[in-house]
Amino acid sequence: MPALPLDEAGKYVAAAYIVFVVLLLVYIAIMAWRLGRISSEIEEIAELSERRSDAEAEPAAVDAPAEAEEVRS
Amino acid sequence: MKPSTLRTLALLTALLIGAGFALVFFWAPNEADQGFIQKIFYLHVPLAIVALGGFVIGGIHAIRHLRTGDPVHDARSYVSIHASIIFGVAVLLTGAIWAKASWGKWWVWDEPTLVSFLIVFLLYCTYYPLRYAIEDRERQARYASVFAITAGAFVPLNFMAVRAAQSLVHPRTFGTVDGGLPGDMWLTFLVCFAGIALLWVTLVSFELTAKRTRGQLSRLRRSLDDGDRLPSAAGVAGRIAPSGVSSR
Repeated sequence: MPALPLDEAGKYVAAAYIVFVVLLLVYIAIMAWRLGRISSEIEEIAELSERRSDAEAEPAAVDAPAEAEEVRS
Repeated sequence: MKPSTLRTLALLTALLIGAGFALVFFWAPNEADQGFIQKIFYLHVPLAIVALGGFVIGGIHAIRHLRTGDPVHDARSYVSIHASIIFGVAVLLTGAIWAKASWGKWWVWDEPTLVSFLIVFLLYCTYYPLRYAIEDRERQARYASVFAITAGAFVPLNFMAVRAAQSLVHPRTFGTVDGGLPGDMWLTFLVCFAGIALLWVTLVSFELTAKRTRGQLSRLRRSLDDGDRLPSAAGVAGRIAPSGVSSR
């Protein structure tokens, strides 16, 4: 086949490069969505860990006066 | 991989691809026979080479996995194949566009290069169902590695068979005695190829880092959940042993 004129060929070349860019953008969007999920999971875990350390600190604070009483008596 | 390395890799990739595309449109001359439509070559061919190379790299990681039993190599093999399949989709789409522009048809079934690439692509598409059909993680990784090695060995064999076959319409650009690429087209091609190859490396590194982070997170969550169920993780450590480990 003879070479296509520029106005005709330009559409095909643009389409090929746009397909590549769109695929890349879709991939990046999927990765960004996954990164968002990881980020929210980190937040959840941080919250869970804070709650745990608070719960561990509370009984210690409650036990401390009783222990002091025992020592005094 | 460190975040700074990943960032550098991503920047380098963007720079190289940008430079490559600039060379394609502002420096490389139009090909005498095909004219402007030949510009697709600088995208389509590097994508195809990198996709096929990625399948082979997946096979090499699979060999390492079977030799060592290290799940890291299985993850690398999986991610390499995954990225190469995405590149394969791009190869098929850009190839179809180029075919329509220069041959007047989206696909030509009697062309060995096209059909062989499609066969390789479809072969690798079966990797996911094969892998996820097996529940046991260890068996899944082992079977997937065997598949990756077999299919990876098929790629160069397939390439050689296609080179040996008489091509009907698909051009042979590299290694021909006469009619090879002139210097400026070669340079443009090499820059585009380096950019696309680096893009593959970046995507694989990014995916591996994300996979590792997800694994670490679920381990952390499991250990926190275990701690929540027990009154005090340290207090019961002597009484309750983790599953599969004897308390004695």
